[in-house]
Amino acid sequence: MALEKITSVSGQGVYVPGDDIDTDRIIPARFMKCVTFDGLGKYLFYDVRYDSDNNLTQHALNDPRFSKASIMLSGMNFGCGSSREHAPQSLHRAGYRAVIAGNFAEIFFGNAINLGIPCVALQQSERNSLAEIIESTPDTEIKIDLVQREIIANDTRFTFEIREGARESLLNGKWDPIDELLSKAEDIQKVASSLSYS
Amino acid sequence: MSKHNLFQKVWKSHEVGTLENGQTQLLVGRHLIHEVTSPQAFGMLREKNLAVRYPERTFATVDHIVPTDEASEPYSDPLADAMIKELRKNCDETGVTFFDVSSGKQGIVHVVGPEQGLTQPGMTIACGDSHTSTHGAFGAIAFGVGTSQVRDLLATQTLALSPLKVRRIEVNGKLSPGVYAKDVILHIIRKLGVNGGTGFAYEYAGEVFDNFSMEERMTACNMSIEGGARVGYVNPDQKTFEYLKGRPYSPNESEWDSAVENWKSMASDPGCVYDDVVYFEASEISPTVTWGINPAQAISVEENIPEPEHLTGSEATSTIEALEYMKLDAGAPIKGTPVDVAFIGSCTNGRLSDLEEVATRLNGKKVKEGVKAIVVPGSQIVSQMAEEKGLDQIFKDAGFEWRNAGCSMCLAMNPDKLIGDQLCASSSNRNFKGRQGSPTGRTMLMSPLMVAAAALKGEIADSREIFPS
Repeated sequence: MALEKITSVSGQGVYVPGDDIDTDRIIPARFMKCVTFDGLGKYLFYDVRYDSDNNLTQHALNDPRFSKASIMLSGMNFGCGSSREHAPQSLHRAGYRAVIAGNFAEIFFGNAINLGIPCVALQQSERNSLAEIIESTPDTEIKIDLVQREIIANDTRFTFEIREGARESLLNGKWDPIDELLSKAEDIQKVASSLSYS
Repeated sequence: MSKHNLFQKVWKSHEVGTLENGQTQLLVGRHLIHEVTSPQAFGMLREKNLAVRYPERTFATVDHIVPTDEASEPYSDPLADAMIKELRKNCDETGVTFFDVSSGKQGIVHVVGPEQGLTQPGMTIACGDSHTSTHGAFGAIAFGVGTSQVRDLLATQTLALSPLKVRRIEVNGKLSPGVYAKDVILHIIRKLGVNGGTGFAYEYAGEVFDNFSMEERMTACNMSIEGGARVGYVNPDQKTFEYLKGRPYSPNESEWDSAVENWKSMASDPGCVYDDVVYFEASEISPTVTWGINPAQAISVEENIPEPEHLTGSEATSTIEALEYMKLDAGAPIKGTPVDVAFIGSCTNGRLSDLEEVATRLNGKKVKEGVKAIVVPGSQIVSQMAEEKGLDQIFKDAGFEWRNAGCSMCLAMNPDKLIGDQLCASSSNRNFKGRQGSPTGRTMLMSPLMVAAAALKGEIADSREIFPS
C-alpha cells in the first residue's frame, strides 16, 4: 500500500512549555501494559493532565481553547528517555500530526518519522513568537510546509530544521521503510553470510 | 592504510546498502526482545503477512512486567499475565529462543544478553529498549529502537539508520575509594548534559575505563542514552575476552582464537579520528546523587542543592520546576535528605558485583526503621550466584527484602511502585517525574553503595562515612 506523501501539515497548535519532556511524561510506563497500541491516545501526558484525585489540571491539553490542536509546540530535547514508540503512538492517536520543538531526542525522532509525524526544530526566539501566537489566538491555522521548510502562522514565517533524510522520506511517502527494506532480501543475505557470527 | 574507530568498522561491516532517502540499511546481527515493545511488532507482521526472517538471530526474555514477589502464574495482574503469554506464544510460533521464567535464565534483557555470551565485540545489537547501549561495554554497537523498528528487524534483520558521529570520552587517573562506575557516568552526564550526546556514539576510554570490570563498563554504557547518546561503547580488550570465555553462546574452543583475533581487529585504531574528544579527571569525581528530574541534575554528595537565583535562563526555570517537584530546599545540603524507599537493582546496577559490593560491607548494620529497602537481582542467574555466596541472607539480615529477578522499581510496570510522594534512593537510571510508578513519586539516582548508605541512615548519606574502608 502506497503511503501518503506528507508535504505539509496544517492545524491548530498547542504549546506545552518545558525542556527535556521525556517519554515517561508523554506516556507513563504503567499504560504500556498492553499488547496493541490501540487506545493509547487517552493516556497522553496523563500524569500532568490529572491530579491525584483524578481531576483535570490546568495543563494546556485540558484547555478547551486548544481542544482542536493537531500540532504540538514544546522546548528542547523533546522525547528524551525511553525508546517506547508508545509515546509517538499516543500523540498520533490523540490527533497530533506534527511536533515543533527546540530539538528532539534521537530515538523519539526516528519513531515519530516512522509513523509519518514530522518533527521540526525551531530556535528559541521563534518558538517564543509562535507560542505567543498560539496563546493569543488559539484558532490560528499553523502550516508546516515541508517543501519550503517553513512554518506559516498568520503573516509570520519561520524557517525550521529537519534532518534531510527524514524530510525526503516524508515528502516521498517513504517514511515507513519496511517495503524498501524487504526488497533487498538478497543483499541482506549476502551481508548476513559474510558476518563472523550467526 | 587509513585508520578507523570501532563505530566506523562495525557500521561498515554491517552495511547492506543506501536507501532512497540517503539512510543506511544496516544489518543487525543480534536482536533482543521483551514483552513490552514486541507484541505490537508481531501484530504488525501478522497484519502484513510477513514471517520472522532470521529467527535464530532474535532472543527474548521477560523483564518489565514480571512481579518480583510472585513466582506462579497466572499473575495477579491480568494485563501482565496477558503480556507474558503473548510473548511466549509469539516465540513459540516463530522459533525465537525465549529465556522464560521457567528456564532459570530469565532476567533483565541487558543483564541476560552478556550473561549468555550473546553480546560480543564487533556485533550490531538492537532491542526495543533505550538501555540497549549497555551491550556497548563489549565493543558492540548497540542501540534502542522503537516497535516499528522491532517489526523491521523481525521481518528483515535490518534497520534504516543514519550514521552517528563519535565522541571519545576519556576519564584519566584513578577513582577515589567509594567512587563507582555509576558516579562516573552521572558525572559525565552532568557535565555534558542530557542532550549533549544527541547525534553521537560515545566511546568511553582512558585509565578508568581500562581498569573497570566488564560489569562496571556495562553500568556506564547503560546510561549513555541518559546523556542523549543512543550508543555508548568501550573498545574490547583482554577483560572482554575473559568475560566471554565459556559462556553458552560464546564461540567454542575451536573457534575461540580466530574470534579473538577478529574482535581485536574491531577496536579503534590508535591515532584514528573522532568527531569530538572530551577529557575528565577521575580525581574530580565524588559519590554523586541526582536532586532533580533528569539525570544531569546531579551533584556530589558533599554539595548543596542548586539555587535557582544563581542561575539564568532555562537552567533557572528547570531548576525551579525540579525543586518544586522534588520538594527539596534550594541551597540545603543534599546529605540528610530523608528517604522512604531504597532500591538496589535494574539494568544499570543489578549485577553480581553490584550486590556483592554492598553485601560485603553491611557488616551487621541494619536498615533504618521505616525505610522500605529492596534488592532485586538483574537475572535469575545473578540471583542464584548471589544466593550461593549467601548474599541474600546478608541482605535479609540487614532488613532488605530479597526479590526475584526483573526490572522492578526502575519503571514500575509491575507491582513494585512508589506510593504518593515517597522519595526513593535508587540505583536505577531515570529520575523522571513519575518514573517509579507514582505520579508524585521522587527518585534520587546513585550507586548501589550510596543507596545502601541511605537505607541504613534513613537519609541521603556519604557512603564513605557509613562504610569506612
